[in-house]
Amino acid sequence: MTTRLLQAWNAEAFDADDVPVLPVDEFQQIVADTIAAGARVSSYSGRTDGQRTRVTAVLADDAQGRLGVLSCRVGASWPSLGAECPSIQAFEREIFEQFGVRPEGHPWLKPLRFEPPVNPNVDPWGRVARPTTIPGDYPFFRVEGEEVHEVAVGPVHAGVIEPGHFRFQCHGEHVFTLEIVLGYQHRGVEALLVGGPDRRTVTLLESVAGDTAVGNAIAHANGVEALAGFQIPARASVLRGVALELERLANHVGDLGMMAGDVGFLPTASSCGALRADFLNALAEICGNRFGRGLVVPGGTRFDLDADAASRLADKVQKAWERVEGATRLLFESPSVRNRFDGTGVVSRETCTELGLVGPAARACGVSRDVRRDHATGVFRFLHVPVVTGETGDVFARGWVRRLEAERSVEFVLRQLRALPGGPVRAPCPLPRPGRLVVSLTEGWRGELCHVVETDRDGSFLRYKLVDPSFHNWMGLALAMRGEQISDFPLCNKSFNLSYCGHDL
Amino acid sequence: MDGIPGILQFRLGFGRQTVAYPEGPARFPERFRGLPVLDAREGDGGRAGAAVCPTEAVRDPGGPGLAIDLGRCTFCGLCEEASPGAIRFTGDHRLAARAREGLAVNGSAPLLAAALDERARKLFGRSLRLRQVSAGGCNGCEAELNAAGNVQFDMSRFGVAFVASPRHADGIVVTGPVSVNMREALLKTWEAVPAPRLVIAVGACACSGGIFRDSPVQSNGMPGVPEIPVDLWVAGCPPHPITFIDGVLRLLGRV
Repeated sequence: MTTRLLQAWNAEAFDADDVPVLPVDEFQQIVADTIAAGARVSSYSGRTDGQRTRVTAVLADDAQGRLGVLSCRVGASWPSLGAECPSIQAFEREIFEQFGVRPEGHPWLKPLRFEPPVNPNVDPWGRVARPTTIPGDYPFFRVEGEEVHEVAVGPVHAGVIEPGHFRFQCHGEHVFTLEIVLGYQHRGVEALLVGGPDRRTVTLLESVAGDTAVGNAIAHANGVEALAGFQIPARASVLRGVALELERLANHVGDLGMMAGDVGFLPTASSCGALRADFLNALAEICGNRFGRGLVVPGGTRFDLDADAASRLADKVQKAWERVEGATRLLFESPSVRNRFDGTGVVSRETCTELGLVGPAARACGVSRDVRRDHATGVFRFLHVPVVTGETGDVFARGWVRRLEAERSVEFVLRQLRALPGGPVRAPCPLPRPGRLVVSLTEGWRGELCHVVETDRDGSFLRYKLVDPSFHNWMGLALAMRGEQISDFPLCNKSFNLSYCGHDL
Repeated sequence: MDGIPGILQFRLGFGRQTVAYPEGPARFPERFRGLPVLDAREGDGGRAGAAVCPTEAVRDPGGPGLAIDLGRCTFCGLCEEASPGAIRFTGDHRLAARAREGLAVNGSAPLLAAALDERARKLFGRSLRLRQVSAGGCNGCEAELNAAGNVQFDMSRFGVAFVASPRHADGIVVTGPVSVNMREALLKTWEAVPAPRLVIAVGACACSGGIFRDSPVQSNGMPGVPEIPVDLWVAGCPPHPITFIDGVLRLLGRV
């Protein structure tokens, strides 16, 4: 990475003033060059800075385990990098929607979340009153022609799922394009975080995505501990790692069950539904909540396990895993399942790299990328979880990567639970220091969770930027559907299982 | 063993997964936090607990009216930690009420939702089809509602199930603080359900806005959507699947 960037490790705090503020053209040149050289965008966000908008980019160099941070001040418009670097297009739309900075020449400038602008006097879409536009009420991309038809799905779907709108342009069963419109879950998380930390903060972070409560709580805690210059006790670090992997297990096993359900393979669908609960209940054994809420706080963890409880928990996890092995063997050995999984919803390695996909969706394309290895923090610095990749980038690969990853997680959990370090699980964590900035990455079960936190002169949060893995990955789903049959959409969708609330914030 | 014999062997080995509830006990982890029991005369009377509560759910700390509004409570247990003696969470999973204000409790009595009138029980008691509307939450409640239908909790053994269309439904289940962006879709879904219809608000967000309360881009839950009357309020963040099932069965007069 070029020397014009501030280089930092994951969860390493530095003075906010040390972030270089570059002219817009130089900033964009460095971003484009660094991406071309193999880095990816972890975060790219704005905040109000006088009459202008301060944009801060975080570029991750996975091979070196380094993060590059740089910024610029921009006025009412700037040239778009979206065509050159597709992984940036959604970030540019976000900055436009929030701060009115128009990316000139953006390949497709449209609302991202249909949220009101940060400055109510500057509405990027020129709306006069408080925006009443609802997501989905806008001109969709259309394919014209005889026998071309359009299918609209959502925001209220057939199942118990979060709201989103999917618009397909089809010819018979064949899908030309899928356009995904989100924003229905927007509830203003980032705005509520400004001015913290306060009594709401941890619960808010746990509610960014309820199925990733542990992951986001860890990313948050790592971040504010770094801002305070505080090191947690070893036992807390290990318990956090155990909780993170239990969360991954619950979701991966649940996903495999749902994928089985979508191809009508009921033995695995029903058993994985129940087995998922064994991992959720393991979290509840630790902290009382099936999603691990309330467990991770700045300073450590709120709950501990004595040796007996840890050993009992390990036995339960092992027993559950033996059943998962059986249930998933049935799934992947069934010819009717493989017939539906293989070659469906393919994302090429090139597309994956271009879009900056993360998590199992990226690893299924053969892109070896995992925060636990590339930007390790906490217990993962001492105990490495092997990274699993696939080759084919299809539904099968996304399922198989989950299956193998779950196995690595079980090995990790069992090993840790049977050898917990001694000592306390919590120590008082001081408040964040003023004028600091930290980038905190955690490998959640969907992929990289990125928290970029900057404190003001009083040590309060000036800006708390969240990037959910789904923010990068939704476009992957849209492209995976091109040329597929529309009847395979539920299966493709489930194989990604992206978060609406994590995207919409 | 391959093929169908192998599948059957696995299924047999898997055994019965469905919980014993309601005939037998619903087993909860030891640390599960259910109905809180409060005593203003003990410890600091709940003052410190009120100060740390993320959702300002503790009412009248130190006073005779000490109570927790379970419509706001996220069951994080921070108040119990801060005010030992005055606030204690029990393992009682029954946490639903017919009126919103009924969720404000001090634990002196169990929180049991009253049943519908006889006519409504006759209509819905044997078969209740629900349409779920997710309106701006964190997907935690949705995950537990999905779990309520799996082989473990198997809600459909009571004739209760989620359906794909509001036209096929007897009512809706609302989760989330009702984001501005979902408000219209929620109203349309409710209007599409033929009357008479039930409305069930699930989780702290739907009951009060939860942790997102007072954010300008949401409605503070169903109390902020007066067009839609609510028949049952289910507390939790998220409510345990058994808590939801128990609330529905009590509404139907089945337990």
